[in-house]
Amino acid sequence: MASSEPAKNHVRLVMAAVVDNVALARVTAAAFATQLDFTLEEIEDIRVAVSEAVTNAVIHAYGGRAGGADAAASGTSPVSGTVNIDLAHDGETLTITVSDHGRGIPDVALARRPAFTTDPERMGLGFAIMESFCDRLDVVSEVGRGTTVTMIKRPRAMTPRTEGAAGDAGT
Amino acid sequence: MKIEQEVRGRTLVIRLGGELDVKSAPEFRETTEAALDRHASNHLILNLENVSFIDSSGLGAILGRYRRLQQGGGRMTLVAPAPNVRRVMELSGLFKIMPVFRSEERAMEG
Repeated sequence: MASSEPAKNHVRLVMAAVVDNVALARVTAAAFATQLDFTLEEIEDIRVAVSEAVTNAVIHAYGGRAGGADAAASGTSPVSGTVNIDLAHDGETLTITVSDHGRGIPDVALARRPAFTTDPERMGLGFAIMESFCDRLDVVSEVGRGTTVTMIKRPRAMTPRTEGAAGDAGT
Repeated sequence: MKIEQEVRGRTLVIRLGGELDVKSAPEFRETTEAALDRHASNHLILNLENVSFIDSSGLGAILGRYRRLQQGGGRMTLVAPAPNVRRVMELSGLFKIMPVFRSEERAMEG
């Protein structure tokens, strides 16, 4: 195998959608990210972005906060769901996918707008923070089926990939 | 999350330590609300010096206390957020509505 072949790695976390697991998710993602040449500040960005994505899954997808206050108010019992967190890199680019099988987001564009919130104790900044702390954010959601959030980030200091053999011989 | 409180007249000082996220935000909210009620405080100084992490759940909990104080004619000031905490707060625009001081003493004077 050519030594220039980028290292590949992936980790999947499958966790109950409970607030106690949010810290575990972001710490694991941050630790995984250290396998790339991220600065400490960039690692911190990842920690925050993952916290936002997993928090969304825990409190919105399955409709219950820690004490199930929302669920209690709406007369439904808190649904116990699962959140999957997939961490992958190819040596250059980190891809984090957070998916749930919860209630889904009826209007993704609206939910991504800063300060959109369904709760006065929240800021409605989750997606805005993910967007600003990652290079790319994709949100795919279907009502009744769940939401998948994909975040992509590359170390800022990384030199642009040279296309080597595929590139022009020179102009 | 560690929460310490100190009452100085009508000023309530809350010192947080650890991570302010979806897990700890309710405890912060309840402790602070109870103390504000008990002491009829009109100034909340929130010392963030020992907060190692914050996300939008934490910001929401801070904003909720700000709203309460503001509605009652009170005010809220922040003290010494670490650089990583500061970055998240800057993004949220919280600094536009709440002054930040380097120390509790300065916050008391301000």
